[in-house]
Amino acid sequence: MTAILAVCEQRDGTLRKISYEVVTGARRIGEVVDAVVCAAAPVAGADQLGKFGADKVVTLTNAAFAKYAPEGNAQAIAERVKAGGYAAVVFAASATGKDLAARVGAKLGVGLVADCTEVAAEDGTILATRPVYAGKALLKVKVATKPAVLSLRPNVFTPVERPKAGAAETVAVTVAVGRVVVREIKAAEAGALDVAEAQIVISGGRGLKEPANFQVIEELARAFGGQAAVGASRAVVDAGWRAHADQVGQTGKTVSPTLYIAVGISGAIQHLAGMRTSKVIVAINKDKDAPIFKVADYGVVGDLFEVVPRLTEEIKKLHG
Amino acid sequence: MKIAVCIKRVPDSETRVKIAPDGKRIDEAGVKFVLNPYDEFAVEEALQRKEKAGAGEVVVICLGPAAAQETIRTALAMGADRGVLLQSDAIPADGFVTAQALAAELKPGGWDLILFGKMAIDDYNQQVGPMVAELLGVPCVTAVAHLELDGAKGVAEREIEGGVEVVEFPLPAVITADKGLNEPRYPALKGIMAAKKKPLEVKPVQLGAGAIEIVALTPPPERKEGKIVGEGPGAVPELVRLLREEAKVL
Repeated sequence: MTAILAVCEQRDGTLRKISYEVVTGARRIGEVVDAVVCAAAPVAGADQLGKFGADKVVTLTNAAFAKYAPEGNAQAIAERVKAGGYAAVVFAASATGKDLAARVGAKLGVGLVADCTEVAAEDGTILATRPVYAGKALLKVKVATKPAVLSLRPNVFTPVERPKAGAAETVAVTVAVGRVVVREIKAAEAGALDVAEAQIVISGGRGLKEPANFQVIEELARAFGGQAAVGASRAVVDAGWRAHADQVGQTGKTVSPTLYIAVGISGAIQHLAGMRTSKVIVAINKDKDAPIFKVADYGVVGDLFEVVPRLTEEIKKLHG
Repeated sequence: MKIAVCIKRVPDSETRVKIAPDGKRIDEAGVKFVLNPYDEFAVEEALQRKEKAGAGEVVVICLGPAAAQETIRTALAMGADRGVLLQSDAIPADGFVTAQALAAELKPGGWDLILFGKMAIDDYNQQVGPMVAELLGVPCVTAVAHLELDGAKGVAEREIEGGVEVVEFPLPAVITADKGLNEPRYPALKGIMAAKKKPLEVKPVQLGAGAIEIVALTPPPERKEGKIVGEGPGAVPELVRLLREEAKVL
């Protein structure tokens, strides 16, 4: 029986939803999946992990684990992996997971297979596929590291309910806190979703003409009732109109939302690379020859200042 | 301050990727190679820190083929003092192998700060910086978009989903740079001329193959041909209908 350790995440004592994706991905490569989460106290929502295929849910508690403790968490997880003889340890390729997975890999003396979009086990060998060159190519690798250390791209491993025991276990761990300490988390604007995790992303480009006009995009995002994040092209981020965190593309974020709406974005290669794995792409642009229409499932040719407010109206009706 | 910056030579972000006949790598013919964009932030940060300290040395270290000397010269033209090329024609898919080679080079250095870009835009491995830190036993903060150093202490900000993490750490440390950390300078003509005379040491390295083996590099699946729903705001109701009934995403 191949056993996999699925490393879950919490924030403010509540399990992050991305953890369900991690357990779902882990189930694809092993028969036994133990979920683990580092926290200061029992984590709200951790009891749901059994529903998605966790045989056991282990909470590693330490007073220093209320917030992410990079060194302490890495130490605790690496020890857990070694003690449990896991064939693989799976993380989310989230801000925390990316940081933690590399640290745990180094502690175990193995490389990390980062940002996987597919994982499989064939005859005891783990195979993983991951986008490289910002998604302009897919790299399939055979992972012979012992254990395999994988991180999974957010929004790709749709949680599947495959109930298992989900037995809860709490283990107090006594590791050194470490030298790197998260002092505080400055929360983004209330309700602001991250483009990498949102189900709907609406991005604006140079076609918006000036920063203040992003208001039309934000209104559309609000119409989706808190499910949509606002993204931006490199051109407008470099011009200082939008924050770096919002940039979609090769030197920004690679996103895979259910719905991606590109507004006033011509579709440079580096931008397409960042959003082409979206499930459905809508493009709104006044230039009918813009490259964005080549990857879009649905295109509307026209003045975005007329088309977008109309779309906002229609979406509001749906969510009315 | 004595600062090391680890850099990588990568295809330019506007490159159209063509797969080589062996189906395992890209066809490099006609590809323009550049200094990895995230490494530009790392080089810039090193230069600013040295300038602020009023003394010190910025050394760029690159693992790559002979042609990566050009990449090192770019960093030297920005203002770095000297370069080291750990020359290897192939870089394995296993990031731990790369980390070991860099850590071996960095170990005796007595660095105050070691900088990396948060990732290379070719292999997207996102691991070499923190792995080097682990191998050297040095604290590390990844994907840093804001950095303050005060004596032997530092405070870094890194973006997380829905917020910013404020992280404290002691120096020496490994920092990986995210976009937003600074505005990288363009090499001036004077810098480009000076870079030609700066020391660049070439050290051949033998890398292990690692335990992550490339099976295939393939183009991403083509997206199905889309359709233009219509022109102007009048097309919106039909668009919404298609998103609901055909795509089923609303």
